Amino acid sequence: MSRISKADRQLQLQREEAGDHLYANRVRVYPKTVHGPVRRFKWAVLIVCLGIYYLLPWLRWHRGVNQPDQAVLLSIANERFYFFNLKFWPQDIYYLTGLLIMGAVTLFLVTSLVGRVWCGYTCPQTVWTDLFMWIERLIEGDRNERMKRDAEPVSFDTVWRKAVKHAAWLGIAFWTGGAWIMYYVDAPTVTAEFWTGTASNEVYFFTFLFTATTYLLAGWAREQVCTYMCPWPRFQSAMLDEQSVTVTYQGWRGEPRMRGKRYDDAAAGDCIDCGACVTACPTGIDIRDGIQLECINCGLCVDACNHVMERTGRPKWLITWDTLADQAAKAEGRQTTLHLLRPRTLIYISALLVAVVVMTAALAMRSNVGLSVLHDRAPLFVRLPDGDLRNGYTLKIVNKGPNIALFELRTEGLNAASLAESNEGLGPASRLGLMVKGDSVGTFRITVAGEPEHLVDGSQGIDFILRNSDTGEQTVYRSLFMGPR
Amino acid sequence: MPTKIEKDIVTGRDTTGHEWDGLKELNTPLPKWWVYILYATIAWSAVWFVLYPSVPGITGYFHGVLGYSQRNAVNDAVRAVAAQRAATMDRIAALSFDDIRKDPQLMAAAQTAGRIAFANNCQPCHGAGGGGQPGYPALAAGAWIWGGTLDEIQQTIAYGIRSGDDKARQAQMPRFGADGILKPAEIQQVADFVMTLYGKAQPDKDVAAGKKLFADNCAVCHGDVGQGNRELGAPRLASQVHLYGDDRATVVAQITSPPMGVMPAWHTRLDEATIKSLALYVHALGGGE
Repeated sequence: MSRISKADRQLQLQREEAGDHLYANRVRVYPKTVHGPVRRFKWAVLIVCLGIYYLLPWLRWHRGVNQPDQAVLLSIANERFYFFNLKFWPQDIYYLTGLLIMGAVTLFLVTSLVGRVWCGYTCPQTVWTDLFMWIERLIEGDRNERMKRDAEPVSFDTVWRKAVKHAAWLGIAFWTGGAWIMYYVDAPTVTAEFWTGTASNEVYFFTFLFTATTYLLAGWAREQVCTYMCPWPRFQSAMLDEQSVTVTYQGWRGEPRMRGKRYDDAAAGDCIDCGACVTACPTGIDIRDGIQLECINCGLCVDACNHVMERTGRPKWLITWDTLADQAAKAEGRQTTLHLLRPRTLIYISALLVAVVVMTAALAMRSNVGLSVLHDRAPLFVRLPDGDLRNGYTLKIVNKGPNIALFELRTEGLNAASLAESNEGLGPASRLGLMVKGDSVGTFRITVAGEPEHLVDGSQGIDFILRNSDTGEQTVYRSLFMGPR
Repeated sequence: MPTKIEKDIVTGRDTTGHEWDGLKELNTPLPKWWVYILYATIAWSAVWFVLYPSVPGITGYFHGVLGYSQRNAVNDAVRAVAAQRAATMDRIAALSFDDIRKDPQLMAAAQTAGRIAFANNCQPCHGAGGGGQPGYPALAAGAWIWGGTLDEIQQTIAYGIRSGDDKARQAQMPRFGADGILKPAEIQQVADFVMTLYGKAQPDKDVAAGKKLFADNCAVCHGDVGQGNRELGAPRLASQVHLYGDDRATVVAQITSPPMGVMPAWHTRLDEATIKSLALYVHALGGGE
């Protein structure tokens, strides 16, 4: 028998205790109800966010005949995004890039100023989890009651409460999934179709998919989404610095923490180690350990602690919003000032301003005419019996206006160019009149024949000039005219 | 099983027992539900293994309980698409070219069908987009030998040229050199004259002899000034577009022993709707009349 050292035996014991030690059992979090200004503010944000989410699809917006009258609609069928009086085409996808840049920079700016308020107040995961926890409390009671029930053997009381809770969760999840669909198809229409069984398979699929994800993520996964799935907690530390305002336990005031009667001890800090901040935490952490990945900065521990501080006659705000720099100064008895404007935030603000200005300008100068010209890949050019060269192009004319429009097409850069459109039998002529229906793209195969005068290496530039004959709007597309080398 | 599991002093957590150059990895356990999902996917793969083709054998393979085959799936899909298109293709076959052109939707369908049939059947010789190559006419150029109206194109596609079909277009150019109709020197003279028809002759060259020979031997089919004759399938020579080429050596070779190209008759391989779609597509390439 080999000798086992005392330390080894202890390790072995620990391992047995931990069981399958590579994988951890989930520690269930039973957050306790808190009351106070932070909680009230969080409720207000929740009501506004959910109100917008559930009700916005029902807002109507008149756009004219044969146009959808939903204020916000990402119409898959029409390939258009309607946002109040704005209408976006798939070609306008770069506005989404701009919007995402603005969103990201705003998130960076807010995080560097006041920490993860996005996570704590407006992230859908937080909002729905909060709502689901509220329902759980209504049906199963507060923290202690729930813990007691879960520890007891199964009884009728436990079972019906759990059943009602899950039914309520599923109901909300279904409403959430249904509302999601309404951003893609007309809300009243899809509601009627849904309940008469005439909606498309996609509608049913996505409704139930988002029902399932809402139920699982907000009911079951909860804080696990933040700690295991979400990338944001992982790189948020890159945005935080010692000047960022975050939920902070004022250790210099609280320590040494003492519980029970000993808190009358002169050496004792303000923290009475009651654990109110821990039981209030929706992610189940101890804020007194300092800033950590799991903390979503919701501030419910602030309310919980203030309540205790009031009851024990101590100054409130033992847990508060503060910066690391200020805490370090206070611990040494110094005073510091808040540095809201610092290089980091100034860079974020300037990036945000640039994005806003560029986006606004691009939106304001949006043209109602779009033209793209694609040169035939083969043959590159055709020699005609009279010796001229002819090139073929596919033109896509975008008419963003609501009505059918006549566009006049001509080219510049080629001598005696003659244009023709074979499918509709237009041309040959130096100018072509092309009709495009309102709110659609017209595709035309255009041939251009002429004598190229300055071919370099078998190609020269040619400008396609398109003019809306009603509005006079004009757009130019520079393409190539090919010939022999 | 790793053996050197230790307690990390700083974090108070166990290590995994792995060590690289003094770096030790902390054991940060995954949540159990996460692991169960992995097990579920493994179980799922076992089900998949039974249901679908999986185990290869020497002469065959295990077909799976469902008997799924991608080849059958493709065949079913092809049949389904053909059934879906049947109504449109039947209309293309039944209607006249004029009626098809009046219906933009039908015309678009014909253009698409024609484009695909062209790529599959015609492109190897006539080139993508009908650009042509030496010996194979450039369909986009409008230098038609047998005519460029829709009906003429349809007939050429359906029955071919010198294809052996009864209704094939027939034309034969005599082998002036190989059969000794003209002497080599005379052929050179004719070639000199032919090159004046499209402006590539050497300047200040006397082509009177060639002109006379051309009038006697060639003009009956190719016309007095080389304007060609579509009834006979005689190409227009006074053109910048030539079937085989416009340099002197090519012209001489052509007169001496013309290669008589063959276009197959497609009515035995393609249905009528496809041939009409092809005619419409070729017509729209830019040379249609």
